[in-house]
Amino acid sequence: MREFQGRVVSPGKLTAEALVSHGGLNTLASFQKALQFGDKKATCGDQNNPDLYGKEMAGKALCLPRTIGSTTGGLVLYCACSMGRQPACLLFSEPIDSLAAAGAVLADVWLEGEHTSMPVVDSLGEEFLNYVQDNMTVNVLDGGRVQVI
Amino acid sequence: MSEKMKLTQEQQAILDGEKGETLAKVMETLVRYGQLFGAQSMVPVTSQYNHLVTSFGLKALGPVYELMDKLIAEGAASKQKFSADPRPVDKNVPSSFLQNFVFQNFMYTRQDFYEEQLSKLGLMEQDAFTCACYLDQVGNTPKEGDVLSWSESSAVVYANSVLGARCNRNSGIIDLMGSVVGYVPYFGLLTDEGRRATWIVEVKTTKKPEAQLLGSAIGMKVMEDVPYIVGLDQWLVSLDDGAKTYLKDFGAATASNGAVGLYHVEGITPEAARLGRELIADGARTYVIDDAELQRVYDSYPVVWKNKNAKPKLCFMGCPHMSLEQLTSWTERVERGLKEAGRQKVAIPTVFTAAPAVIREFEATPYGERLKQTGVILSYICPLMYMNNPLSGKMPVITSSNKLRTYTTARYYTDDEILAQITKGGN
Repeated sequence: MREFQGRVVSPGKLTAEALVSHGGLNTLASFQKALQFGDKKATCGDQNNPDLYGKEMAGKALCLPRTIGSTTGGLVLYCACSMGRQPACLLFSEPIDSLAAAGAVLADVWLEGEHTSMPVVDSLGEEFLNYVQDNMTVNVLDGGRVQVI
Repeated sequence: MSEKMKLTQEQQAILDGEKGETLAKVMETLVRYGQLFGAQSMVPVTSQYNHLVTSFGLKALGPVYELMDKLIAEGAASKQKFSADPRPVDKNVPSSFLQNFVFQNFMYTRQDFYEEQLSKLGLMEQDAFTCACYLDQVGNTPKEGDVLSWSESSAVVYANSVLGARCNRNSGIIDLMGSVVGYVPYFGLLTDEGRRATWIVEVKTTKKPEAQLLGSAIGMKVMEDVPYIVGLDQWLVSLDDGAKTYLKDFGAATASNGAVGLYHVEGITPEAARLGRELIADGARTYVIDDAELQRVYDSYPVVWKNKNAKPKLCFMGCPHMSLEQLTSWTERVERGLKEAGRQKVAIPTVFTAAPAVIREFEATPYGERLKQTGVILSYICPLMYMNNPLSGKMPVITSSNKLRTYTTARYYTDDEILAQITKGGN
């Protein structure tokens, strides 16, 4: 077990199974099919992301460096949260990018109810992404602390 | 909430709810968003017009339309008029009965509703739908130094790099919110420091590199950083229409294959022309691009067609939308290609996409009729929105757009390869 310290972007505590992307998450390419066609498990549709393509993202502790791609990214995350198809949390190794930040803040300010929650921690460091692997257990604790087991 | 950001009296009053709960939440969103990036203040939006990325009445975006309804109900219309990305459907673009059924009954079921929302919120004019809003014919062209609240990655990178305006890579909804309150948080690409280059890209190819391929290579390498590109000025001599078109396509690829919001091209783009290598930050890394590197990037693109040798059923050109210069030069290229092949019409159904205002101006020239004679279809559609239909996704579609390749199953070819495919049937 290792513990990593990051910064709280959207607060919340939880335990979830890790899903790891070593490249940037292209939010639109990853979520668009899931949002349009009722895939509640949010299967990743980004053919350019070999780590995530075809894997279910909903309910997972999604560990990633950053998000990339279309500036619809923030509203796509907001919609995923509103529809209950979001990852359990987003854990960034790097400081958060403007599109993911928009999605996290929009969901936190404008949505209500537990099913819309998506805690976000950023700046966990490169070592975090080197250590965490798919299916490991991730505990998101107070104050930006993240345990990986 | 505002202890880290110094707000003016007016901004604080909005945050405190003096103009209603909805506007308070808009301001809270912008303040929290800015604080994540260390913004110390909010600055006025100074451009004449805004630009929004969301142009499509997609059933799945219901939560966005509900949020916009809240803004309209509170009278929180945009302080600026705005343009928006292209419309998602055009009956002139070939599609089957089943594709149309999916478009109309499962996907863009809320298009009319959403366009009505946009009108209430401040759409510039009825057909102000294009991703290339900055083109002269459209009229949403910011001035150097203007502060924007735009989204649409290809438009933001163009406005920052080619026009010298200042805009962060805002997400949809954030774009509108900045315009509603008239302020955006001051950080990133709005600041002098944030506009300094942390990469030097040396272009050492033996010929002018394909814009979409060069942009892809740089985007995938530098991600969200700012590159300073040297060596490209041997082919782009000044910021004329041809260079602007090249940089439009180049920038869109950097923004979609990576997350670039600003690039400088030595001797060409306005800040690079004025400040030169002063723009390069200490410790900037170097990326050398030669013919072999471009080939490596090209070869790395996955082909996700079920039958990799399938004959293409459709070709899309114009993601981002084509410029007038591009439509004209491509008309000549297609005519030449057809003549060489001994054909009258293109061999593959081909769609060129452009802004409605650009299409109007193009069709008023003799080139409009000449392009029509080649069989190429001219449309205002967003190819990406077309390809999002799962039935479209199963079609073998080709494109020279690296943005379209990234987000869909469309297969990328260089401009010369596309020309050969559409005029000679790939032979």
